[in-house]
Amino acid sequence: MSAIEIPRPDPRILARRAEILAGLAALVPPTSLITEEDERRAFETDALTAYRRIPMAVVLPETTEQVSKVLAFLNKEGVKVVARGAGTSLAGGAIPSEDAVVLGVSKMSRILDVDTANRTIRVEAGVTNLGVSGAVAHLGFFYAPDPSSQLACTIAGNIGMNSGGAHCLKYGVTTNNVLGVKLVLIDGTIVEIGGAHMDAAGYDLLGLIVGSEGQLGVVTEATLRILPLAEGARPMLMGFQSAEDAGACVAAIIASGIIPVAIEYMDRPAIQVCEAFAHAGYPLDVEALLIIEVEGSEAEIEDLIVRITTIAADYNPSGLRVSQSEAESAAIWKGRKSAFGAMGRLADYICMDGTIPTGQLSAVLTGIAEICAGYGLRVSNIFHAGDGNLHPLVLFNANDPVEQHKAERCGEDILKLCVDLGGCLTGEHGVGIEKRDLMTYQFNTIDLDQQMRVKSALDPQWLLNPHKVFPLAGRPV
Amino acid sequence: MTSILLPESETEIEAIVHEAAQSHSPLAIHGGGTRPIGKPVHADRALSTKLLTGITLYEPSELVLSARAGTPLAEIQQTLAVNRQRLPFEPIDYRHLLGNHGIPTIGGVTASNSSGPRRIHSGAARDSLIGVRATTGRGETIKSGGRVMKNVTGYDFVKLLVGSWGTLAVLTEVTYKLLPEAETELTLLLTGLSAERAVEAMTTALGTPFEVTGAAHLPATDGMPTRTALRLEGFDASVRYRIDRLDTVLQPFGAFETIAAEASRVLWASIRDVEALETPHDAAIWRISVRPTDGPRVGESLKAQLGSRVLYDWAGGLVWASGPAEGDGGAAIVRSAVASVGGHAMLVRGSPELRASVPVFEPESPGVAAMSRLIKATFDPAGILNPGRM
Repeated sequence: MSAIEIPRPDPRILARRAEILAGLAALVPPTSLITEEDERRAFETDALTAYRRIPMAVVLPETTEQVSKVLAFLNKEGVKVVARGAGTSLAGGAIPSEDAVVLGVSKMSRILDVDTANRTIRVEAGVTNLGVSGAVAHLGFFYAPDPSSQLACTIAGNIGMNSGGAHCLKYGVTTNNVLGVKLVLIDGTIVEIGGAHMDAAGYDLLGLIVGSEGQLGVVTEATLRILPLAEGARPMLMGFQSAEDAGACVAAIIASGIIPVAIEYMDRPAIQVCEAFAHAGYPLDVEALLIIEVEGSEAEIEDLIVRITTIAADYNPSGLRVSQSEAESAAIWKGRKSAFGAMGRLADYICMDGTIPTGQLSAVLTGIAEICAGYGLRVSNIFHAGDGNLHPLVLFNANDPVEQHKAERCGEDILKLCVDLGGCLTGEHGVGIEKRDLMTYQFNTIDLDQQMRVKSALDPQWLLNPHKVFPLAGRPV
Repeated sequence: MTSILLPESETEIEAIVHEAAQSHSPLAIHGGGTRPIGKPVHADRALSTKLLTGITLYEPSELVLSARAGTPLAEIQQTLAVNRQRLPFEPIDYRHLLGNHGIPTIGGVTASNSSGPRRIHSGAARDSLIGVRATTGRGETIKSGGRVMKNVTGYDFVKLLVGSWGTLAVLTEVTYKLLPEAETELTLLLTGLSAERAVEAMTTALGTPFEVTGAAHLPATDGMPTRTALRLEGFDASVRYRIDRLDTVLQPFGAFETIAAEASRVLWASIRDVEALETPHDAAIWRISVRPTDGPRVGESLKAQLGSRVLYDWAGGLVWASGPAEGDGGAAIVRSAVASVGGHAMLVRGSPELRASVPVFEPESPGVAAMSRLIKATFDPAGILNPGRM
């Protein structure tokens, strides 16, 4: 039983499928149009795999002009469009409906221009997140936002969801690292917003587009900020006997004036699973583990590590260990970045993404434990402690519909707790279909109506990724 | 005669704006009134938020502060200084350049997206702002963002409202993330470089991992050669180490002197506030954003064609240039210079007549202009908030 509703397809659109496919075939090369059911099935879901719908067709344009023609055509025909990067959304942001066309950007993946003097790179939106850093690493630069899925996820998807990552504590999230986009509106209009210069001439439309979950237009190109690689970086591990100690230690570090590149938190279940998977050398006899990374020259790193360990001494740390080699650093991060995959080998899970004020860390962890116990479900907490972005993994058996439903309700309660504590429903994954129906918990009708007015202004028929973000009830169309 | 409304609460603002929308009577929106930028707004009534004051949340250990829109910037900065914290983006104080004596408010900083030299390292006001409350032209108060560091819940109206100059909504409360103050700072000063060479030095420095937090090129003044300044901030030992490393990198650009913390702060405050272009007081002043390496081309061409004085900030990416007080203030030449490289220019100082007669903001492409109009209409359907300002 699916708890999240995906509206029934519009029979009038399904009845015109052949005609719509013929129209698309006239606009893109044959290799860019997928119509066979077997092949369309690859686009039926994303990383929220409990929900799936096979789209009516999949278009993979090769150019912005093709995207423009496809959107203009679908707009005229009144057909829904779901833009898709690599399909790694944990919120169901790329899940289509049966009467929708999926528009994938995977064939637009060229690096267009690298400009180290101005610290920018211009790319087609289908390039992967890691592909951007890969294109400039030999020049001593990198692209800062680093979602766990960075090997696969695309810049298009990162912009759609305003993706973050472990290292955004220091460097910011996607919206802080995008300078310009080429955007195609639903009527096919191509607009350039921003560029290689900083800040907007008028309204900050770029800031609006980033994180709009593919509902306002389709991004085909982006100009991104690249940054010089630090001279060196080193993670350290610190174990604690309680979540309270770990949380207080994080607050004390930040209050001291040190902004590490990353502060990641894992609880006991997560530590056990990740250690078994990655052999990262995590301490197994602690309740909470912090991975703290600092960067700079050798001397700067040493200095920061001394400062941090001095602060931490007040919070009874155990198993304190500073990485001694590149290999050890890589293993430490491998454990963290493969946490979701490792957990997935044990059980099915839903990964929540609420954010809370960092001062509420121990309160939220206590609350999460209580909520999960109430549902009789296990939970494992992995999160970006420095910025309060939580990723509780609620474990369940996907073959048991009752348990799945329970897990979803458990996840909802956790997110409501985050809002109650002064936080929000989603810190970096996006709303998608997953948190759509919780939006009324964080926003009132006035807030949501104004957001939906902007949606209606730029997409009057609500064709772009329509079933996402806003509750199905109360929409203008 | 313009009458000034001084609401003390969000509820009062809602009532005023709602009534204005019903009666289609425009409102000029002000904070402390220190940024008379944009086209002159013709309105019988002005709404000032300067009595809507007070810091509503400050959690030093979470690096977050909320304040009502009319809260003086100085009050916020003094409160933060007690805990050795600051707003990351170094907001400009326009009073020197624009010759007025109002009290800058946090709402004004936000509505104008005012960012200073540290923008190249720590982002603009738009990057530090994490939450807003604002009353739209419908007389309804919306919220966006919140008080947490990461938040992608719903559309990012925080970005849409920052820098919207009171034309979409009246900001009532803003929340910023903060940074610790640096333990110390030092500035490297190179002298006598041409603008082009200076930008080469500055972009070279920014291409290193040594975390330059300010990079500006000041014009020659009577008897003084040009000065190119690079700022480093952080823990003392780290700053000294990075100075040494930059010394090597910057060898080709000549010898530099090092300016110690106190003098460095004074220098960067003068760069932030564009003191080099303060006089003559009647000259037009343009604020131009381009790619850093395009800065000299724009700046030098304005010098040649308009006799401009030019200050380069953001490693060359922010060009402050003077223009003639009369005529179009240099608009045609500035616009054409910017168009040749890509970017935008804003007339920040000019007589009301001048600001009424030339576009103050960079004219937008038809597609972007259409999007902006559609969005404006959703927030302010009656067109009563600062009509015509942008």
